[in-house]
Amino acid sequence: MSAPAVAEPRPDVLPRRPRTRLRQVRKRGLRVVGVAVLVFMAAFFLLPIYVMLITGLKSFQEVSLATMWNLPEGLHFENFLAAFQALRPNLLNSLMLTIPAAIGSAILGSFNGYVLSKWQFRGSETVFTLLLFGMFIPYQSILIPLVQFMQQINLYGGLPGLVLVHIVYGIPITTLIFRNYYASVPKELVESSRIDGADMFRTYRYIMLPLSAPGFAVVLIWQFTNIWNEFLFAIVLTRPASWPVTVALNNLAGSQIVEWNVQMAGALLAALPTLIVYILLGRFFVQGLMAGAVKG
Amino acid sequence: MTRDRLTAAAMLAPSVILVGIFVYGFIAWSVRVSLSDWQGLIPSYNFVGLENFTQLIFHDRRFHIGIRNTGMFSLVFLGGAIVLGLMLAILLDRKLPAENLFRSIFLFPMAVSFIVTGVVWRWLMNPALGTRMSGLNLLFDQLGLDFLVNQWHMTGPPWGIAFIGIPAMWQMTGFAMALFLAGLRSIPEDLREAARVDGASEFQLYVRVIIPLLRPALLSVVIILGHISLKIFDLIIAMTGRQIALDVPAIYMWTTTFDANNFNRGAAIGLLLLLSVAVLVIPYLWYSRRQETEL
Repeated sequence: MSAPAVAEPRPDVLPRRPRTRLRQVRKRGLRVVGVAVLVFMAAFFLLPIYVMLITGLKSFQEVSLATMWNLPEGLHFENFLAAFQALRPNLLNSLMLTIPAAIGSAILGSFNGYVLSKWQFRGSETVFTLLLFGMFIPYQSILIPLVQFMQQINLYGGLPGLVLVHIVYGIPITTLIFRNYYASVPKELVESSRIDGADMFRTYRYIMLPLSAPGFAVVLIWQFTNIWNEFLFAIVLTRPASWPVTVALNNLAGSQIVEWNVQMAGALLAALPTLIVYILLGRFFVQGLMAGAVKG
Repeated sequence: MTRDRLTAAAMLAPSVILVGIFVYGFIAWSVRVSLSDWQGLIPSYNFVGLENFTQLIFHDRRFHIGIRNTGMFSLVFLGGAIVLGLMLAILLDRKLPAENLFRSIFLFPMAVSFIVTGVVWRWLMNPALGTRMSGLNLLFDQLGLDFLVNQWHMTGPPWGIAFIGIPAMWQMTGFAMALFLAGLRSIPEDLREAARVDGASEFQLYVRVIIPLLRPALLSVVIILGHISLKIFDLIIAMTGRQIALDVPAIYMWTTTFDANNFNRGAAIGLLLLLSVAVLVIPYLWYSRRQETEL
Protein backbone atom coordinates (compact mmCIF):
# COMPACT_ATOMS: atom_id res chain seq x y z
CA MET A 1 0.00 0.00 0.00
CA SER A 2 1.00 3.67 -0.11
CA ALA A 3 2.41 6.16 2.38
CA PRO A 4 -0.61 7.02 4.64
CA ALA A 5 -0.95 3.45 5.80
CA VAL A 6 2.51 3.65 7.37
CA ALA A 7 1.65 6.79 9.32
CA GLU A 8 -1.38 5.18 10.95
CA PRO A 9 -0.91 4.87 14.74
CA ARG A 10 -0.24 1.33 15.83
CA PRO A 11 -3.05 0.48 18.19
CA ASP A 12 -1.02 -1.78 20.42
CA VAL A 13 1.59 0.77 21.50
CA LEU A 14 -0.38 3.03 23.83
CA PRO A 15 -2.32 0.61 26.02
CA ARG A 16 0.82 -1.38 26.68
CA ARG A 17 2.68 1.38 28.46
CA PRO A 18 1.22 1.10 31.98
CA ARG A 19 1.88 -2.60 31.94
CA THR A 20 5.54 -2.15 31.12
CA ARG A 21 5.81 0.41 33.91
CA LEU A 22 4.24 -2.06 36.33
CA ARG A 23 6.71 -4.59 35.08
CA GLN A 24 9.57 -2.23 35.77
CA VAL A 25 8.40 -1.54 39.31
CA ARG A 26 8.08 -5.24 39.91
CA LYS A 27 11.49 -5.81 38.42
CA ARG A 28 13.05 -3.23 40.71
CA GLY A 29 11.27 -4.79 43.67
CA LEU A 30 12.65 -8.19 42.72
CA ARG A 31 16.13 -6.72 42.50
CA VAL A 32 15.86 -5.38 46.03
CA VAL A 33 14.68 -8.78 47.27
CA GLY A 34 17.52 -10.40 45.35
CA VAL A 35 20.14 -8.19 46.95
CA ALA A 36 18.59 -8.76 50.37
CA VAL A 37 18.85 -12.52 49.91
CA LEU A 38 22.48 -12.20 48.79
CA VAL A 39 23.33 -10.05 51.82
CA PHE A 40 21.65 -12.50 54.18
CA MET A 41 23.49 -15.44 52.63
CA ALA A 42 26.79 -13.55 52.72
CA ALA A 43 26.23 -12.99 56.45
CA PHE A 44 25.62 -16.72 56.90
CA PHE A 45 28.82 -17.54 55.03
CA LEU A 46 30.90 -15.04 56.99
CA LEU A 47 29.45 -15.98 60.39
CA PRO A 48 32.13 -18.56 61.29
CA ILE A 49 34.91 -16.15 60.28
CA TYR A 50 33.32 -13.45 62.42
CA VAL A 51 33.16 -15.76 65.43
CA MET A 52 36.74 -16.94 65.00
CA LEU A 53 37.96 -13.39 64.68
CA ILE A 54 36.12 -11.75 67.58
CA THR A 55 36.78 -14.69 69.89
CA GLY A 56 40.44 -14.63 68.99
CA LEU A 57 40.73 -10.92 69.69
CA LYS A 58 39.21 -11.02 73.18
CA SER A 59 41.24 -11.09 76.38
CA PHE A 60 41.20 -14.27 78.45
CA GLN A 61 39.05 -12.57 81.12
CA GLU A 62 36.59 -11.38 78.53
CA VAL A 63 36.05 -14.75 76.93
CA SER A 64 32.85 -16.43 77.97
CA LEU A 65 30.43 -18.63 76.12
CA ALA A 66 27.55 -16.46 77.30
CA THR A 67 28.95 -13.37 75.58
CA MET A 68 30.16 -15.22 72.52
CA TRP A 69 28.55 -12.81 70.05
CA ASN A 70 29.65 -9.58 71.71
CA LEU A 71 32.41 -7.55 70.10
CA PRO A 72 35.74 -7.51 71.98
CA GLU A 73 36.38 -4.54 74.26
CA GLY A 74 39.76 -3.80 72.75
CA LEU A 75 42.30 -5.74 70.80
CA HIS A 76 44.06 -8.60 72.52
CA PHE A 77 46.24 -11.15 70.86
CA GLU A 78 46.80 -13.60 73.70
CA ASN A 79 44.45 -16.20 72.17
CA PHE A 80 46.34 -16.11 68.91
CA LEU A 81 49.66 -16.24 70.74
CA ALA A 82 48.57 -19.24 72.78
CA ALA A 83 47.26 -20.99 69.67
CA PHE A 84 50.39 -20.14 67.71
CA GLN A 85 52.59 -21.52 70.45
CA ALA A 86 50.63 -24.76 70.41
CA LEU A 87 50.54 -25.09 66.63
CA ARG A 88 53.86 -23.60 65.52
CA PRO A 89 55.73 -26.86 64.86
CA ASN A 90 52.71 -28.20 63.01
CA LEU A 91 52.30 -25.10 60.86
CA LEU A 92 55.94 -25.57 59.94
CA ASN A 93 55.34 -29.26 59.17
CA SER A 94 52.43 -28.33 56.94
CA LEU A 95 54.62 -25.91 55.04
CA MET A 96 57.41 -28.44 54.59
CA LEU A 97 54.86 -30.99 53.45
CA THR A 98 52.78 -28.82 51.16
CA ILE A 99 55.41 -27.04 49.11
CA PRO A 100 57.43 -30.03 47.83
CA ALA A 101 54.31 -32.15 47.36
CA ALA A 102 52.57 -29.44 45.34
CA ILE A 103 55.65 -28.89 43.17
CA GLY A 104 56.25 -32.61 42.66
CA SER A 105 52.69 -33.38 41.61
CA ALA A 106 52.62 -30.30 39.37
CA ILE A 107 55.75 -31.41 37.48
CA LEU A 108 54.42 -34.92 36.92
CA GLY A 109 51.03 -33.52 35.91
CA SER A 110 52.69 -31.24 33.41
CA PHE A 111 54.59 -34.17 31.84
CA ASN A 112 51.44 -36.25 31.61
CA GLY A 113 49.30 -33.41 30.33
CA TYR A 114 51.79 -32.71 27.55
CA VAL A 115 51.98 -36.31 26.40
CA LEU A 116 48.26 -36.96 26.72
CA SER A 117 47.23 -33.83 24.82
CA LYS A 118 49.92 -33.48 22.15
CA TRP A 119 51.40 -36.98 21.74
CA GLN A 120 48.34 -39.12 21.85
CA PHE A 121 48.90 -42.75 21.08
CA ARG A 122 46.65 -45.74 20.81
CA GLY A 123 45.20 -46.28 24.26
CA SER A 124 46.21 -42.88 25.59
CA GLU A 125 42.58 -42.06 26.37
CA THR A 126 42.33 -45.22 28.44
CA VAL A 127 45.52 -44.35 30.31
CA PHE A 128 44.08 -40.92 31.00
CA THR A 129 40.78 -42.30 32.31
CA LEU A 130 42.60 -44.83 34.50
CA LEU A 131 44.77 -42.07 35.95
CA LEU A 132 41.70 -39.89 36.48
CA PHE A 133 39.79 -42.53 38.42
CA GLY A 134 42.46 -42.28 41.12
CA MET A 135 41.10 -38.94 42.23
CA PHE A 136 37.68 -40.31 43.12
CA ILE A 137 38.60 -43.38 45.14
CA PRO A 138 37.84 -43.32 48.86
CA TYR A 139 41.30 -43.58 50.38
CA GLN A 140 39.97 -46.03 52.96
CA SER A 141 40.06 -48.59 50.16
CA ILE A 142 43.85 -48.39 49.87
CA LEU A 143 44.76 -47.38 53.41
CA ILE A 144 45.87 -50.74 54.78
CA PRO A 145 48.23 -51.62 51.90
CA LEU A 146 49.47 -48.03 51.95
CA VAL A 147 50.50 -48.26 55.60
CA GLN A 148 52.16 -51.64 55.02
CA PHE A 149 53.97 -50.36 51.96
CA MET A 150 55.21 -47.21 53.66
CA GLN A 151 56.51 -49.27 56.57
CA GLN A 152 58.16 -51.63 54.12
CA ILE A 153 60.07 -48.83 52.36
CA ASN A 154 60.84 -47.10 55.67
CA LEU A 155 58.88 -43.97 54.92
CA TYR A 156 56.21 -44.49 57.55
CA GLY A 157 55.81 -41.89 60.29
CA GLY A 158 57.62 -38.89 58.85
CA LEU A 159 57.10 -36.07 56.43
CA PRO A 160 58.99 -37.46 53.39
CA GLY A 161 56.57 -40.37 53.20
CA LEU A 162 53.58 -38.07 53.38
CA VAL A 163 55.11 -35.90 50.65
CA LEU A 164 55.42 -38.97 48.41
CA VAL A 165 51.83 -39.99 49.10
CA HIS A 166 50.48 -36.55 48.27
CA ILE A 167 52.52 -36.42 45.07
CA VAL A 168 51.11 -39.76 43.94
CA TYR A 169 47.47 -39.07 44.78
CA GLY A 170 47.79 -35.58 43.32
CA ILE A 171 48.73 -36.96 39.88
CA PRO A 172 45.11 -37.40 38.64
CA ILE A 173 43.99 -33.83 39.22
CA THR A 174 47.24 -32.22 38.06
CA THR A 175 47.20 -34.35 34.91
CA LEU A 176 43.62 -33.37 34.22
CA ILE A 177 44.27 -29.66 34.62
CA PHE A 178 47.44 -29.68 32.51
CA ARG A 179 45.95 -31.84 29.81
CA ASN A 180 43.07 -29.41 29.38
CA TYR A 181 45.43 -26.49 29.55
CA TYR A 182 47.78 -27.85 26.90
CA ALA A 183 44.85 -28.89 24.69
CA SER A 184 44.20 -25.17 24.22
CA VAL A 185 47.73 -24.59 22.92
CA PRO A 186 47.58 -24.61 19.08
CA LYS A 187 48.85 -27.78 17.46
CA GLU A 188 50.75 -25.71 14.89
CA LEU A 189 53.13 -24.52 17.59
CA VAL A 190 54.21 -28.06 18.38
CA GLU A 191 54.36 -29.06 14.72
CA SER A 192 56.45 -26.10 13.60
CA SER A 193 58.88 -26.76 16.42
CA ARG A 194 59.26 -30.33 15.19
CA ILE A 195 59.79 -29.15 11.62
CA ASP A 196 62.55 -26.94 12.98
CA GLY A 197 64.16 -30.16 14.14
CA ALA A 198 63.40 -30.04 17.85
CA ASP A 199 62.66 -33.39 19.40
CA MET A 200 59.76 -34.09 21.69
CA PHE A 201 61.39 -33.10 24.95
CA ARG A 202 62.99 -29.96 23.52
CA THR A 203 59.56 -28.92 22.26
CA TYR A 204 58.27 -29.38 25.79
CA ARG A 205 61.19 -27.55 27.34
CA TYR A 206 61.33 -24.59 24.96
CA ILE A 207 57.77 -24.25 23.62
CA MET A 208 55.33 -25.69 26.16
CA LEU A 209 57.03 -24.94 29.44
CA PRO A 210 57.40 -21.19 28.81
CA LEU A 211 53.68 -21.13 28.02
CA SER A 212 52.78 -23.07 31.17
CA ALA A 213 52.91 -20.36 33.83
CA PRO A 214 49.12 -19.96 34.15
CA GLY A 215 48.69 -23.74 34.22
CA PHE A 216 51.29 -24.06 36.97
CA ALA A 217 49.62 -21.25 38.89
CA VAL A 218 46.29 -23.09 38.86
CA VAL A 219 47.80 -26.47 39.72
CA LEU A 220 50.15 -25.22 42.44
CA ILE A 221 47.47 -23.19 44.17
CA TRP A 222 44.97 -26.02 43.95
CA GLN A 223 47.43 -28.57 45.29
CA PHE A 224 48.71 -26.23 47.99
CA THR A 225 45.15 -25.77 49.27
CA ASN A 226 44.24 -29.45 49.05
CA ILE A 227 47.37 -30.78 50.70
CA TRP A 228 47.37 -28.12 53.41
CA ASN A 229 43.79 -29.10 54.27
CA GLU A 230 44.21 -32.88 54.09
CA PHE A 231 43.65 -34.98 57.21
CA LEU A 232 43.22 -38.73 56.64
CA PHE A 233 46.67 -39.54 55.20
CA ALA A 234 48.29 -37.24 57.73
CA ILE A 235 46.71 -38.87 60.76
CA VAL A 236 47.32 -42.40 59.54
CA LEU A 237 50.86 -41.99 58.20
CA THR A 238 52.63 -39.58 60.56
CA ARG A 239 53.77 -39.67 64.15
CA PRO A 240 52.99 -36.68 66.43
CA ALA A 241 56.32 -34.96 65.76
CA SER A 242 55.48 -34.79 62.05
CA TRP A 243 51.80 -33.92 62.37
CA PRO A 244 50.66 -31.24 59.96
CA VAL A 245 48.38 -28.54 61.31
CA THR A 246 45.05 -30.24 60.50
CA VAL A 247 45.85 -33.20 62.75
CA ALA A 248 47.25 -30.97 65.49
CA LEU A 249 44.20 -28.70 65.38
CA ASN A 250 41.85 -31.65 65.61
CA ASN A 251 43.83 -32.86 68.58
CA LEU A 252 43.72 -29.42 70.18
CA ALA A 253 39.96 -29.27 69.70
CA GLY A 254 39.48 -32.71 71.18
CA SER A 255 41.40 -31.97 74.34
CA GLN A 256 39.57 -30.98 77.49
CA ILE A 257 42.34 -28.70 78.72
CA VAL A 258 42.51 -26.26 75.83
CA GLU A 259 39.96 -23.44 76.08
CA TRP A 260 37.47 -23.00 73.25
CA ASN A 261 38.74 -19.49 72.52
CA VAL A 262 42.23 -20.85 71.86
CA GLN A 263 40.68 -23.51 69.64
CA MET A 264 38.91 -20.82 67.62
CA ALA A 265 42.11 -18.80 67.29
CA GLY A 266 43.92 -21.99 66.27
CA ALA A 267 41.31 -22.75 63.63
CA LEU A 268 41.81 -19.30 62.13
CA LEU A 269 45.60 -19.72 62.18
CA ALA A 270 45.31 -23.10 60.46
CA ALA A 271 43.02 -21.63 57.81
CA LEU A 272 45.01 -18.44 57.29
CA PRO A 273 47.58 -19.57 54.69
CA THR A 274 44.99 -21.00 52.32
CA LEU A 275 42.66 -18.07 52.95
CA ILE A 276 45.39 -15.59 52.09
CA VAL A 277 46.18 -17.50 48.91
CA TYR A 278 42.47 -17.49 48.08
CA ILE A 279 42.12 -13.76 48.68
CA LEU A 280 45.20 -12.89 46.61
CA LEU A 281 44.98 -15.52 43.88
CA GLY A 282 41.36 -16.66 44.02
CA ARG A 283 41.03 -16.55 40.25
CA PHE A 284 43.45 -19.46 39.84
CA PHE A 285 41.86 -21.36 42.70
CA VAL A 286 38.43 -21.13 41.07
CA GLN A 287 39.90 -22.32 37.77
CA GLY A 288 41.26 -25.38 39.56
CA LEU A 289 37.86 -25.92 41.12
CA MET A 290 36.10 -25.88 37.78
CA ALA A 291 38.75 -28.06 36.15
CA GLY A 292 38.19 -30.72 38.77
CA ALA A 293 34.48 -30.84 38.06
CA VAL A 294 34.12 -30.56 34.32
CA LYS A 295 35.72 -33.61 32.89
CA GLY A 296 37.49 -33.50 29.58
CA MET B 1 59.99 -40.46 15.69
CA THR B 2 60.65 -43.59 17.72
CA ARG B 3 62.96 -41.59 19.96
CA ASP B 4 60.12 -39.18 20.56
CA ARG B 5 57.88 -42.08 21.44
CA LEU B 6 60.45 -43.31 23.93
CA THR B 7 60.63 -39.84 25.45
CA ALA B 8 56.82 -39.73 25.71
CA ALA B 9 56.83 -43.10 27.42
CA ALA B 10 59.56 -41.94 29.79
CA MET B 11 57.58 -38.83 30.72
CA LEU B 12 54.45 -40.83 31.39
CA ALA B 13 56.12 -43.79 33.07
CA PRO B 14 56.68 -42.43 36.61
CA SER B 15 53.02 -41.48 36.96
CA VAL B 16 51.70 -44.66 35.39
CA ILE B 17 53.89 -46.79 37.64
CA LEU B 18 53.10 -44.83 40.79
CA VAL B 19 49.34 -44.71 40.18
CA GLY B 20 49.48 -48.34 39.07
CA ILE B 21 50.95 -49.34 42.41
CA PHE B 22 49.27 -46.86 44.75
CA VAL B 23 45.79 -47.08 43.28
CA TYR B 24 45.29 -50.33 41.39
CA GLY B 25 47.91 -52.45 43.12
CA PHE B 26 46.74 -51.36 46.54
CA ILE B 27 43.09 -51.97 45.68
CA ALA B 28 44.04 -55.51 44.66
CA TRP B 29 45.96 -55.94 47.91
CA SER B 30 42.97 -54.63 49.87
CA VAL B 31 40.83 -57.26 48.17
CA ARG B 32 43.25 -59.91 49.41
CA VAL B 33 43.11 -58.52 52.97
CA SER B 34 39.32 -58.31 52.85
CA LEU B 35 39.10 -62.02 52.00
CA SER B 36 41.44 -63.00 54.83
CA ASP B 37 41.23 -63.67 58.56
CA TRP B 38 43.70 -60.90 59.46
CA GLN B 39 42.78 -59.62 62.91
CA GLY B 40 45.53 -58.48 65.22
CA LEU B 41 48.91 -56.91 64.70
CA ILE B 42 50.49 -59.71 62.69
CA PRO B 43 49.29 -59.96 59.09
CA SER B 44 47.53 -63.17 58.23
CA TYR B 45 46.22 -63.98 54.79
CA ASN B 46 44.26 -67.20 55.27
CA PHE B 47 41.44 -67.16 52.77
CA VAL B 48 37.98 -66.98 54.31
CA GLY B 49 35.94 -66.12 51.23
CA LEU B 50 33.35 -63.37 51.42
CA GLU B 51 32.76 -63.87 55.13
CA ASN B 52 33.87 -60.33 56.08
CA PHE B 53 31.49 -58.85 53.55
CA THR B 54 28.47 -60.97 54.47
CA GLN B 55 29.12 -60.26 58.14
CA LEU B 56 29.05 -56.50 57.46
CA ILE B 57 26.09 -56.54 55.11
CA PHE B 58 23.83 -58.89 57.04
CA HIS B 59 24.84 -58.77 60.69
CA ASP B 60 26.82 -55.66 61.59
CA ARG B 61 24.54 -53.10 63.27
CA ARG B 62 27.22 -50.43 63.39
CA PHE B 63 27.70 -50.73 59.64
CA HIS B 64 23.95 -50.43 59.10
CA ILE B 65 23.80 -47.30 61.25
CA GLY B 66 26.67 -45.92 59.22
CA ILE B 67 24.86 -46.48 55.93
CA ARG B 68 21.68 -44.90 57.26
CA ASN B 69 23.71 -41.93 58.51
CA THR B 70 25.48 -41.52 55.18
CA GLY B 71 22.11 -41.53 53.42
CA MET B 72 20.60 -38.95 55.76
CA PHE B 73 23.71 -36.78 55.60
CA SER B 74 23.85 -36.95 51.80
CA LEU B 75 20.21 -35.99 51.49
CA VAL B 76 20.58 -32.83 53.58
CA PHE B 77 24.00 -31.92 52.23
CA LEU B 78 23.29 -32.49 48.53
CA GLY B 79 19.74 -31.21 48.62
CA GLY B 80 20.74 -28.07 50.49
CA ALA B 81 23.83 -27.36 48.41
CA ILE B 82 21.93 -27.84 45.14
CA VAL B 83 18.93 -25.68 46.07
CA LEU B 84 21.01 -22.91 47.67
CA GLY B 85 23.69 -23.07 44.99
CA LEU B 86 21.13 -22.80 42.21
CA MET B 87 19.39 -19.90 43.93
CA LEU B 88 22.65 -18.01 44.44
CA ALA B 89 23.75 -18.67 40.86
CA ILE B 90 20.48 -17.34 39.45
CA LEU B 91 20.72 -14.23 41.62
CA LEU B 92 24.33 -13.59 40.65
CA ASP B 93 23.48 -14.12 36.99
CA ARG B 94 20.97 -11.27 37.16
CA LYS B 95 23.71 -8.64 37.27
CA LEU B 96 22.98 -7.46 40.79
CA PRO B 97 25.51 -5.09 42.39
CA ALA B 98 28.79 -6.34 43.88
CA GLU B 99 28.53 -9.63 42.02
CA ASN B 100 32.23 -10.41 42.31
CA LEU B 101 32.35 -9.73 46.03
CA PHE B 102 29.36 -11.98 46.69
CA ARG B 103 30.79 -14.75 44.55
CA SER B 104 34.10 -14.59 46.42
CA ILE B 105 32.29 -14.75 49.76
CA PHE B 106 30.22 -17.79 48.76
CA LEU B 107 33.31 -19.61 47.47
CA PHE B 108 35.82 -18.93 50.22
CA PRO B 109 34.82 -21.84 52.49
CA MET B 110 36.15 -24.14 49.74
CA ALA B 111 39.64 -22.90 50.62
CA VAL B 112 39.24 -24.01 54.26
CA SER B 113 39.72 -27.54 55.56
CA PHE B 114 36.90 -29.71 56.86
CA ILE B 115 38.82 -29.82 60.14
CA VAL B 116 38.72 -26.04 60.57
CA THR B 117 35.06 -26.02 59.55
CA GLY B 118 34.33 -28.78 62.04
CA VAL B 119 36.14 -27.09 64.93
CA VAL B 120 34.27 -23.81 64.41
CA TRP B 121 30.87 -25.33 63.77
CA ARG B 122 31.22 -27.56 66.77
CA TRP B 123 31.07 -24.37 68.86
CA LEU B 124 28.39 -22.78 66.71
CA MET B 125 26.28 -25.91 67.17
CA ASN B 126 26.94 -26.22 70.87
CA PRO B 127 23.98 -28.22 72.14
CA ALA B 128 24.06 -26.94 75.74
CA LEU B 129 20.79 -25.34 76.85
CA GLY B 130 19.71 -23.00 79.63
CA THR B 131 22.37 -20.85 81.29
CA ARG B 132 25.18 -22.63 79.45
CA MET B 133 23.67 -21.82 76.09
CA SER B 134 26.10 -20.63 73.42
CA GLY B 135 26.77 -20.55 69.71
CA LEU B 136 23.86 -20.33 67.30
CA ASN B 137 21.37 -21.24 70.02
CA LEU B 138 22.48 -18.19 71.97
CA LEU B 139 22.22 -16.04 68.86
CA PHE B 140 18.70 -17.30 68.17
CA ASP B 141 17.80 -16.66 71.79
CA GLN B 142 19.13 -13.11 71.66
CA LEU B 143 17.30 -12.42 68.40
CA GLY B 144 14.02 -13.71 69.82
CA LEU B 145 14.03 -16.74 67.55
CA ASP B 146 13.71 -19.21 70.44
CA PHE B 147 11.78 -21.71 68.35
CA LEU B 148 14.99 -22.37 66.40
CA VAL B 149 16.95 -23.36 69.51
CA ASN B 150 17.75 -27.05 69.31
CA GLN B 151 20.22 -29.81 70.14
CA TRP B 152 21.79 -29.87 66.68
CA HIS B 153 23.84 -32.98 65.95
CA MET B 154 23.35 -34.15 69.52
CA THR B 155 19.68 -34.69 68.74
CA GLY B 156 19.31 -38.44 69.09
CA PRO B 157 19.48 -40.79 66.13
CA PRO B 158 18.42 -40.88 63.38
CA TRP B 159 18.22 -37.09 62.98
CA GLY B 160 21.47 -35.93 64.61
CA ILE B 161 23.60 -36.64 61.55
CA ALA B 162 21.33 -34.45 59.39
CA PHE B 163 22.65 -31.37 61.20
CA ILE B 164 26.20 -32.16 60.16
CA GLY B 165 24.92 -31.56 56.65
CA ILE B 166 24.69 -27.85 57.52
CA PRO B 167 28.43 -27.14 57.90
CA ALA B 168 29.05 -29.38 54.89
CA MET B 169 26.61 -27.23 52.98
CA TRP B 170 28.31 -24.12 54.26
CA GLN B 171 31.55 -25.44 52.86
CA MET B 172 30.44 -26.73 49.45
CA THR B 173 27.46 -24.62 48.35
CA GLY B 174 29.82 -22.20 46.64
CA PHE B 175 31.05 -25.04 44.47
CA ALA B 176 27.53 -25.88 43.29
CA MET B 177 26.93 -22.18 42.73
CA ALA B 178 30.08 -21.84 40.60
CA LEU B 179 29.09 -24.76 38.38
CA PHE B 180 25.52 -23.55 37.97
CA LEU B 181 26.74 -20.04 37.24
CA ALA B 182 29.06 -21.34 34.51
CA GLY B 183 26.08 -23.24 33.10
CA LEU B 184 23.87 -20.15 33.18
CA ARG B 185 26.52 -18.06 31.48
CA SER B 186 26.73 -20.54 28.63
CA ILE B 187 23.03 -20.19 27.80
CA PRO B 188 22.78 -17.72 24.89
CA GLU B 189 20.87 -14.50 25.55
CA ASP B 190 18.83 -15.09 22.34
CA LEU B 191 17.18 -18.06 23.95
CA ARG B 192 15.94 -15.99 26.87
CA GLU B 193 14.80 -13.24 24.52
CA ALA B 194 12.94 -15.73 22.38
CA ALA B 195 11.10 -17.07 25.41
CA ARG B 196 10.24 -13.56 26.56
CA VAL B 197 8.94 -12.63 23.11
CA ASP B 198 6.78 -15.74 23.24
CA GLY B 199 5.21 -14.23 26.36
CA ALA B 200 6.89 -16.34 29.04
CA SER B 201 7.09 -14.70 32.48
CA GLU B 202 10.49 -14.63 34.20
CA PHE B 203 9.36 -17.47 36.45
CA GLN B 204 8.25 -19.59 33.51
CA LEU B 205 11.48 -18.72 31.73
CA TYR B 206 13.50 -20.28 34.56
CA VAL B 207 11.31 -23.30 35.21
CA ARG B 208 10.63 -24.23 31.59
CA VAL B 209 13.74 -23.11 29.73
CA ILE B 210 16.77 -22.30 31.84
CA ILE B 211 16.76 -24.87 34.64
CA PRO B 212 16.26 -27.80 32.22
CA LEU B 213 19.29 -26.54 30.30
CA LEU B 214 21.37 -26.76 33.49
CA ARG B 215 21.12 -30.54 33.56
CA PRO B 216 24.80 -31.16 32.68
CA ALA B 217 25.88 -28.79 35.47
CA LEU B 218 23.50 -30.53 37.86
CA LEU B 219 24.98 -33.89 36.91
CA SER B 220 28.49 -32.65 37.70
CA VAL B 221 27.34 -31.23 41.03
CA VAL B 222 25.59 -34.47 42.02
CA ILE B 223 28.59 -36.62 41.09
CA ILE B 224 31.23 -34.47 42.77
CA LEU B 225 29.28 -33.64 45.92
CA GLY B 226 27.84 -37.17 45.99
CA HIS B 227 31.24 -38.82 46.10
CA ILE B 228 32.44 -36.34 48.73
CA SER B 229 29.36 -37.20 50.74
CA LEU B 230 30.03 -40.94 50.56
CA LYS B 231 33.60 -40.35 51.74
CA ILE B 232 32.80 -37.79 54.44
CA PHE B 233 35.21 -38.29 57.32
CA ASP B 234 37.22 -35.29 58.59
CA LEU B 235 34.20 -33.09 59.21
CA ILE B 236 32.47 -35.62 61.44
CA ILE B 237 35.69 -36.42 63.30
CA ALA B 238 36.33 -32.74 64.00
CA MET B 239 32.77 -32.08 65.10
CA THR B 240 32.03 -35.09 67.22
CA GLY B 241 35.10 -37.08 68.01
CA ARG B 242 33.81 -40.62 67.61
CA GLN B 243 30.23 -41.37 68.51
CA ILE B 244 28.47 -44.44 67.26
CA ALA B 245 25.26 -42.46 66.76
CA LEU B 246 27.06 -40.24 64.24
CA ASP B 247 29.18 -42.98 62.70
CA VAL B 248 29.67 -43.43 58.95
CA PRO B 249 31.46 -46.29 57.14
CA ALA B 250 34.51 -44.10 56.43
CA ILE B 251 35.03 -43.61 60.17
CA TYR B 252 34.10 -47.19 61.05
CA MET B 253 36.82 -48.37 58.66
CA TRP B 254 39.38 -46.20 60.40
CA THR B 255 38.52 -47.19 63.97
CA THR B 256 38.03 -50.89 63.34
CA THR B 257 41.35 -51.06 61.48
CA PHE B 258 43.68 -48.90 63.51
CA ASP B 259 42.10 -49.07 66.97
CA ALA B 260 40.69 -52.58 67.02
CA ASN B 261 43.13 -54.19 64.53
CA ASN B 262 40.34 -55.78 62.51
CA PHE B 263 42.27 -55.35 59.29
CA ASN B 264 40.12 -57.74 57.30
CA ARG B 265 36.92 -55.93 58.24
CA GLY B 266 38.52 -52.55 57.60
CA ALA B 267 39.58 -53.62 54.12
CA ALA B 268 36.07 -54.91 53.40
CA ILE B 269 34.49 -51.60 54.46
CA GLY B 270 37.00 -49.67 52.34
CA LEU B 271 36.15 -51.78 49.31
CA LEU B 272 32.40 -51.39 49.82
CA LEU B 273 32.98 -47.64 49.94
CA LEU B 274 35.00 -47.89 46.75
CA LEU B 275 32.19 -49.85 45.14
CA SER B 276 29.61 -47.21 46.04
CA VAL B 277 31.79 -44.43 44.65
CA ALA B 278 32.56 -46.44 41.51
CA VAL B 279 28.86 -46.97 40.80
CA LEU B 280 28.45 -43.21 40.92
CA VAL B 281 31.61 -42.12 39.13
CA ILE B 282 32.45 -44.70 36.44
CA PRO B 283 29.35 -44.09 34.27
CA TYR B 284 30.03 -40.38 34.55
CA LEU B 285 33.68 -40.69 33.58
CA TRP B 286 32.80 -42.96 30.70
CA TYR B 287 30.02 -40.68 29.54
CA SER B 288 32.07 -37.49 29.68
CA ARG B 289 35.13 -39.07 27.99
CA ARG B 290 32.93 -40.36 25.21
CA GLN B 291 31.19 -37.05 24.82
CA GLU B 292 34.53 -35.37 24.42
CA THR B 293 35.73 -37.64 21.63
CA GLU B 294 32.51 -36.93 19.77
CA LEU B 295 33.12 -33.19 19.91
